[in-house]
This record gives sequence, C-alpha cells and structure tokens, in this order.
Amino acid sequence: MKAVCWMGTEKMSVETVPEPRILNPRDAIVRITSTCICGSDLHLYDGYIPTMEQGDILGHEFMGEVMEVGSGVDQGKLKVGDRVVVPFTIACGNCFFCQNQLWSCCDNTNPNAWIAEKMMGYSPSGLFGYTHMMGGYAGGQAQYARVPCADVGPLKIPEGLPDEKVVFLSDIFPTGYMAAENCNIQQGDTVAIWGCGPVAQFAIRSAFMLGAERVIAIDRVPERLQMARDGGAEIINFEEVDSVVDELKEMTGNRGPDSCMDAVGMEASGHSLFFATDRAKQALRIKMDRAEVLRQCIRACRKGGTVSIPGVYAGFVDNIPVGAGMNKALTFKMGQTHMMRYMRPLLERVERGEIDPSFVISHRVPIDRAPEMYRIFRDKEDRCTKVVLDPWADGARAA
Amino acid sequence: MASESEMRRNARDSGPQAQVLQRWGMMLGGGALTVYALTRRKPGIALAAAGGLLAYRGAKMGAGKFRARASFAINCSPETAYRMWRALENLPIFMRHLESVRARGDGRSEWTAIGPLNTRIRWNAEITEDRENDFLAWRSTQDSDFQTWGSVEFRRAPGNRGTIVSAEMEYAPPGGVLGKAAAAVFGKDPEFTMREDLRRFKALIEMHEIPTTEGQPHGPRSAIMSSVHQIYPEHRKPSEYYAGERTAAQRRAS
Repeated sequence: MKAVCWMGTEKMSVETVPEPRILNPRDAIVRITSTCICGSDLHLYDGYIPTMEQGDILGHEFMGEVMEVGSGVDQGKLKVGDRVVVPFTIACGNCFFCQNQLWSCCDNTNPNAWIAEKMMGYSPSGLFGYTHMMGGYAGGQAQYARVPCADVGPLKIPEGLPDEKVVFLSDIFPTGYMAAENCNIQQGDTVAIWGCGPVAQFAIRSAFMLGAERVIAIDRVPERLQMARDGGAEIINFEEVDSVVDELKEMTGNRGPDSCMDAVGMEASGHSLFFATDRAKQALRIKMDRAEVLRQCIRACRKGGTVSIPGVYAGFVDNIPVGAGMNKALTFKMGQTHMMRYMRPLLERVERGEIDPSFVISHRVPIDRAPEMYRIFRDKEDRCTKVVLDPWADGARAA
Repeated sequence: MASESEMRRNARDSGPQAQVLQRWGMMLGGGALTVYALTRRKPGIALAAAGGLLAYRGAKMGAGKFRARASFAINCSPETAYRMWRALENLPIFMRHLESVRARGDGRSEWTAIGPLNTRIRWNAEITEDRENDFLAWRSTQDSDFQTWGSVEFRRAPGNRGTIVSAEMEYAPPGGVLGKAAAAVFGKDPEFTMREDLRRFKALIEMHEIPTTEGQPHGPRSAIMSSVHQIYPEHRKPSEYYAGERTAAQRRAS
C-alpha cells in the first residue's frame, strides 16, 4: 500500500509498504478514505520532536471503513463494513485513567512507555504516527491502518455525512473544543487565542458555544485571520502591533482576557529577546521548544484567569514567567485531547447542522502529493490552512 | 553470592565469547551512534541518547547485579491479580525470559528460562509462602543448580483505586557456565526487565492483551537504526497474542 513516511527532517516520501495486519485480538484494520496533515505533524517534519525513526509512517487524523476485526473486538461495538472516524489517541478503556475519562493518559497503550517515563515521569497513551516515545504506532497517512483497541476509540458515522464534515472529529475539532473547555469559560467571558490554525479555528467557535461573549484571535497570516473573523472573533495581527499584551490591555480596559489560549505550541514566532534566544537554543538542539506565545499568554491573562494550552510542547522551555502566574493566581490547563469524551457530542452538533467543520479545508489532494503539501502547509503558502489527502485518488491500488 | 568484582572479572576474562562480543558491540556501537548523532548537520537528540544508553548498558553488562523489584498499580481487585499470578503457568506470558513454568500440584514447579544463544536454563521451585489474595513467595529447591527466589505482594490501593502489585526477585548464580548464562538473561538490567514484565502483567489484566507494534508496516529504515534493531531485537512471544485471544473468549462466554 502507499504510505507517507518520515525519512528525516524535512524529508517526507510516499513509499510502498506492506499492508497492516491484525497483531492483537482487539485490533481492527481500516481502509482509509480520508486522512489529513495536522499542524502537529509539522513539528515532526521540522525534526523538533525526538524519537522519530526513518521509515515511520505519519498521520493521526483519518477515517475509513472497517475491513477486518480481531477476535477480541466486541461485534456489538464494531464490525466489518462500519464507517468510522479514528481518534488520534489510543485508549484501553479499562485502566484508572480511561475509567476517569482521562483517555489520552491511558496507562496501557504505549508499548514504549519506558521511553516516555524517562522524559516525563509517566507515559501518556499511545498515539498514531507520532514518535516512538509515544508508542511508535504506524500512522494513518496511508491506504490502510491497524487500529488497536478498536472497540474503544473508533466512532461510527451514520450514512449521509460526507468525510469532510466528520474527519476532523479525529483530532482538531475535539482538540479545539477541549481547549475552549479548558478555558473555564463563564457566561460573558473574553477569551484570547494565540494562533489561528485549524485547532484555533475550532477553539474560537467552541468558545462561543461555551458562552464566551468575546474572542480575540492573534496571528499574522491574513487568510487565517479572516477565517477567525468569519467565526466571530476580533483579531490582532501581531506583525502590526508593538506588543500583543499591551494591545489586549487596551482592548479589555486594563483588565485582561479572562482566559488565554496557546494554540501555537513549541514553534512559536515573535520578536522578543526571549524568542531570539529560544530560536538559537533550538537551532543548537540545546532545547526543543520555544515558548514565546506561552509567555505572552501568562502576562496577558487577567488576575485569577485561566491559561489553556492545546499547542504541542515536547520537552523543555525556559524563561516562563512563573512569578506572574503565581502572583496573579492563574490556573493552567493543558493536555492531549481526551478524545472519547468529545467525539460523540461533537458528531451530534455536526448532525444537527450547528457547525460544518469542512470550512477549514484549503487543499484536497491525492496522497502522492503529501511531501510537497507538508512544505506548503509549513510555509503557509498558497493560502494553505488544512490539507486533506485522498489515499486512493489515482484509482490504482499500489502493490 | 560472588562479589561484584569477581563477577566482573569472570565476565571479562572467561565469559562466553558471544556475551563478550555483545557487550563490546553494544559499547562500541552505542558510542559510534552517539558520535554520529551529534555530528550530523542536524543532530538527533534521541539518537544520541539511544547511543549513550546502549554504550552504558554495554559497559554495565558484566557488572552482574541480579536483584530487582518493581511495583505497579493495577485497576483490579487483589483477588484478580493474585489468581492471575498464582496460576504459575501464566508467568511466561508476561515474563519474556521465561519459556515455561509447570506446576506439579504439590506446591512445586519446574521453570525453564531462555538463555543466550537459545540455550535453556531449568530449575525447580517451591512455594514458600502463600497467603490468598495477599502474598506469594517461592524459591528454587536445593537440588537446583540455579538459585533464585521471588515474592509478590497484592495490596489494595488507597481509595479502592485498584491493587498495588509489588514484585521482587533475586538470582544467585552459582558461578560457572550456568551463572554466566543467568547473568546474560537477567543481568543486563534486571530492574528494567522486571518493570517491563510487570507492565505486561498489568496490561494483560487491564487491557486484556499486551500492546505491541511488532509486525506493523514501515518504510525503509536507515542502516544505523537497522543495526540497533539487530543488537536489540524485539521478541514478542506468540503466547502474548494467544493470551489476549483467550481472555477475549472468556469475556464472550461470560
């Protein structure tokens, strides 16, 4: 089958690889009909997250049809022929964390838990196509994927809903929603969101769903700012202001946003001195993450407010104004998305027509074009906001 | 038990050639990997760390320290965990160095471990203490060449949040070929081996199978990582799959 493989930093390639097979009784094999490139894949593309290996298959936003299920899969929950969206986190369903709805913290699904433990103390759940530290599972930018614990994660999709309306239930819609939920929004709140990528776009719309009166979105890419405005947000182009923090003060009468969201993560851009040292250290591989946005979030947030972090960080950051966080009595909420909490309720919102997630898509291309799309998406060329890949576009099935 | 320096000398001077080769292979390979990783145009932290770990493991291999303990909180009752462990035939499912354990019914059991170069190490063991749903201890019998003991405790976690399973094992190799074989099997990093064994035990109970990626597709690997996989081969046992299938069948039946 065809699969998008990571062959090194900024080196992606579509390779012909063997088709996946059932390796455990609770596995299923899915024939993929739509698969996407995620902003977090760009951290891998840029080589900032350790424990990637040449030949790894990427991709964690995919959906398709169930071709085969293992003997351990409850047929009442999943059977051959079902059309499903697969969440990017893999959860066993029975451990302490799964039973407490902390699905992305599942204790059992990372076969390389010891690597994650070395770095983080304890291992979060396994993820598709996202480093060996996070399980080393082959990803879904391919024609087929093996889905472990298939009776827990995959969400059945009723007939009549096209892929492009539901495929983002695999990650970015729930991720944006949880990020908004993590803002602890009270009726009438003002929420500031750094970054206007796809997750932020869903976060903007989710913040309004959860009762925010005002959302202020910060970016510099014109089409993304426009998309935020279309979602009802006010915008700040950070290239056009001296200080985002001052601008937010101005806009909120020196009170500050009730919550601030870092929807950018470890590859933030900015103009401060700290940003320059971040970049230098990252280039020298002294540290992995640059955290300009997180610093701004903490400084901008009102006293007693909440900082929500859906943006991906992998390792260490420094010069974080913990003093500001402490003295202003801030709450911090973060985490990989607890997918299974959100997928069904958000599917219902799509079914009721409250939101059509396909608005973020800018490119629909055959899988063969994935390598160039990584670069175009990273460089935000061609008004690229979200890429959906069709694994079967040329009609011919690779050997 | 032989002193550490004695064992170190044994391993260095007269150890089975394969073991010495493997040790040096790991040290040199690991060192080379670290150097390679650090000198790439874009150095790979993970690769460098992996290289360092490999070299460290290689250097440590001859050191011979055969005692380990580990502890995991498992989302089940003490009864469930105890029953799974007390059926000693189950141990090889999650303890990768064991090939089989046969209980004989009189509290005695025959153990077979997989040694280097696919050799087998066998010993007999007897249960020395058995408190239902609480504690189990065993040790090799006097007539065994290979001295080992182990124990496992099942303690209800605070707040009824499952059971804390704490296992401890010690291997006292008698010296000679068997001793070195034992060192090769258990001695690389007994603490690590033990933790991963117990982690698989937990997965078997909670997840009803043992997570794996072995056998999944991937694109072409680099030469350097292929050789790392040669030194550290994965070795999932078929029993890990069948154990999952068995629990699935049991769940269907109930």
